[in-house]
Amino acid sequence: MRETTERALDVCRSHGATYADIRIVRRENQNITVKNGIVQTLSLDDDFGFGVRVIADGAWGFASSNQLTGAEIDRVAAQAVTIARASATANDSKVELGPPEVHVDSYKTPVHIDPFDVSLEDKIDVLIAADKEARAVKGLALAQGSMGFLRETKTFASSEGSYIEQTLVESGLGITVRAVADGEMQQRSYPNSFGRHQGTGGYEIIQKWDLPGNARRAAEEAVALLSAPQCPSKTTTLILDGPQLALQVHESCGHPIELDRVYGTEAAFAGTSFLTPDKYGTFRYGSDVVNLVADAVTPTGLGTYGYDDEGVPGQTTDIVKNGMFVGYLTSRETASQLRKTHPNAPARSNGTMRADGWNRVPIVRMNNVSLMPGEPSLDELIADTDDGIYMLTNKSWSIDDKRLNFQFGTEMAYEIKNGKLGQMVKNATYTGITPKFWGGCDAVCNTDHWNVWGTTNCGKGQPGQTAHTGHGTAPARFRNVQVGLLG
Amino acid sequence: MIGKARLKAIADTILSAANADQTEVLVNGQDLALTRFAANSIHQNVSETDVSVRVRSIVGKKIGVASSNDVSEQALKGLVRKAETVASFQQQNPEFRSLPEPLPVRGVDAYSESTAGYSAEARAKGVRTILEQSRSHDMQASGAFSTGTEETMIANSLGVSAYHCGTMATVMTVIMGSNSAGYAADAAQDVSRLDPSDIARIAVDKAIRSKNPTPIDPGSYTVILESDAVATMMFYLGYLGLGAQSMQENRSFMSGRIGQKITGNNITIWDDGFDPRGIMFPFDYEGVPKQKVMLIEEGIARGVVYDTASAQREVGQVSTGHGLPAPNTMGPIPTSLFMKPGVATQEEMIASTKKGIWVTRFHYVNPVHPVKAILTGMTRDGTFLIEDGKITRPLKNLRFTQSILEAFSHAEMLGRDLKMIKMGFGGFATCAPAAKINGFTFTGTTEF
Repeated sequence: MRETTERALDVCRSHGATYADIRIVRRENQNITVKNGIVQTLSLDDDFGFGVRVIADGAWGFASSNQLTGAEIDRVAAQAVTIARASATANDSKVELGPPEVHVDSYKTPVHIDPFDVSLEDKIDVLIAADKEARAVKGLALAQGSMGFLRETKTFASSEGSYIEQTLVESGLGITVRAVADGEMQQRSYPNSFGRHQGTGGYEIIQKWDLPGNARRAAEEAVALLSAPQCPSKTTTLILDGPQLALQVHESCGHPIELDRVYGTEAAFAGTSFLTPDKYGTFRYGSDVVNLVADAVTPTGLGTYGYDDEGVPGQTTDIVKNGMFVGYLTSRETASQLRKTHPNAPARSNGTMRADGWNRVPIVRMNNVSLMPGEPSLDELIADTDDGIYMLTNKSWSIDDKRLNFQFGTEMAYEIKNGKLGQMVKNATYTGITPKFWGGCDAVCNTDHWNVWGTTNCGKGQPGQTAHTGHGTAPARFRNVQVGLLG
Repeated sequence: MIGKARLKAIADTILSAANADQTEVLVNGQDLALTRFAANSIHQNVSETDVSVRVRSIVGKKIGVASSNDVSEQALKGLVRKAETVASFQQQNPEFRSLPEPLPVRGVDAYSESTAGYSAEARAKGVRTILEQSRSHDMQASGAFSTGTEETMIANSLGVSAYHCGTMATVMTVIMGSNSAGYAADAAQDVSRLDPSDIARIAVDKAIRSKNPTPIDPGSYTVILESDAVATMMFYLGYLGLGAQSMQENRSFMSGRIGQKITGNNITIWDDGFDPRGIMFPFDYEGVPKQKVMLIEEGIARGVVYDTASAQREVGQVSTGHGLPAPNTMGPIPTSLFMKPGVATQEEMIASTKKGIWVTRFHYVNPVHPVKAILTGMTRDGTFLIEDGKITRPLKNLRFTQSILEAFSHAEMLGRDLKMIKMGFGGFATCAPAAKINGFTFTGTTEF
């Protein structure tokens, strides 16, 4: 492969590029969906190609193709330089990448059981067993279980001398069940909504979550929700379970700390961020118990990898420390830009540039952005709450384009009265403003409740890119939250 | 552009190598480019050439799907074997009857040579005109200028063989002041019909007018929604409930309500893949020609769109040509929505409003209660207060939580112009007028 990457880099140099990198990426996906006892989806998808990214005349260009032949490499590499030169005609300033990154290395996701070695029959059997358990519950209208497996092999080489080979493996599973009556639809999901929970690793992830053993309970809850009262509308104490809190972290912390977004590169599409550089190191994001970390190293995290897609090692970065905002997710270019106004900021990128395949340019993406665990158990937290509501599993989500005003809906909720869970309520929603909400966080549960949840549908960029991100969370409590907007 | 002959050759290779009872092949060729700008500079500038092949093999009632973008003859034959092997591991799907039989497909002219041949230099020139206007007002421009050609070939072992080639160009920008923003966008099959300078002028004007916004209490207001905002609501209406499968699974607001009134009399919505005002696409991803489908007519629920599988669940029903690529668990959805325009100009809507809110577009919209078609989302890039028939001041952005059906039951006026809004997915487009809607519910505010 080195001969191929060198050819591309040589063409870029000969056309005048001052920096170039090439990524050669193959993705193999296996997806299985069982819906109401019928295998609706059984697909194997293979995708391969290469992308060349260059700086010429101080501006970026990128070109890509699915044909890895000598002639096509020459054409695409030259096209990338042509595109970069076109970019330069509109720009007043030149790209600065900061210090060079030179790494020759390889990385493989630790895998105990290769999911591609497990037979399709065995996987279907698990989904069918879960489906049967769910549909044994009277009143259930729909059960849909799925598994997904991804193997991504990629080679990165740069004109600075990097040559990195990686193999990333992901495994995921989930079931969503729905009950329908009188214009009402209620659903429950396990282990998480959005179709499934996913992590880096092998089939051991599937075995850990025991889908058949949890499907019946999920179905019973969905049916029970149909006759549950509406979530009350009031300002109260809110406890969120881990999966809902994972999305809360994703939307209200993960996105606003993307430094490319802060500098406006997503302004027309995904939006910007309230965490502007003047707040770096000085802004109180949350209460003292709020500690947020971004890393690419947590085992099984969906944002775990060896190197990002501009060849920077995966690492760990403090984001919020005892409530204070102290770190961004950066690229080489944005890290350099931040240093101009904040000379004490790290000189190097913290390695969060990722591309959705060979035909997309890398952009700053969350890796594992996690809320670190605290002291109490969930039982202790509920026992310590006189009046409130406990919400579980995301159903609806929305947040403004600076990531301040959010509104989430959850699949299920329970009232909390005098330190005990009360009745189940449906159509639960809560809303708030990000720093005020996190300022009201007064407890995070302990490591026994902490899990890295995987989000497989994070959208950003034009052309659109979907990223896989991880979020470690344990249930946490928030004071003075507006809940229940639906009448 | 790869060309019909090459795509057909790929499909023929697949079908002649197939041993399954029925086989379907979807070949998609792409030649796309996008120039993205932010903070008054081009920061991402990309191009992509790809051909992907998706094979659906049916053995008895067992269905397997495999896809690849390796189009060498050996790889294509291997792909067929893979799909058939997957099918052999499958269980019988008792619902499956057959892939669609061939039907005549009317060709449409959706190709523009000027779009297909548009260069990176030409896109950069268009972007420069936007950046110049932004810089001259001491503002920051961001956005994207894209051009591309997409080819689709669908064939099956029953004789379906359909090819379509279309081009699309889009320009969109958000221009920001220190505490304001303005948005404008346009899309066309022929890039020469787009005017980046005019788009920049609209966005700059809105950014100037939205300087120093002030808050307003949430509550129920009359709103004047620009076409972008109306199109977002229509898209979700289609996604949530205008497909047959959602109705069959009782998760649609249409379930049990065909023939009943679900919106105001002035709301008529249909889907038409042949109307040149939208993105023309003459068949679906099963090769079935698209029918014009009336969905809501003068407020009455009339029908939903079908693919082959959902049509086969109902006696006498045929596919309306709205199938998505296999495998597909969500069922068919409308892809070319139109709303019948009214007669009002935007000036007339404003002049007739005692107190109301002008909304440029929505951000991050998602369903809260799918069966009731309740959505939540934010306003962005130009929100204004109207008092006594005039725009009086810019507003900080608001969160709405609102049933689309209720909103469309209180549409006092519809704009006379239809605007085509390119939605986020493939060939999806929605043609919508502006609308003046009474009793629109805002449930929160934000700080900008």
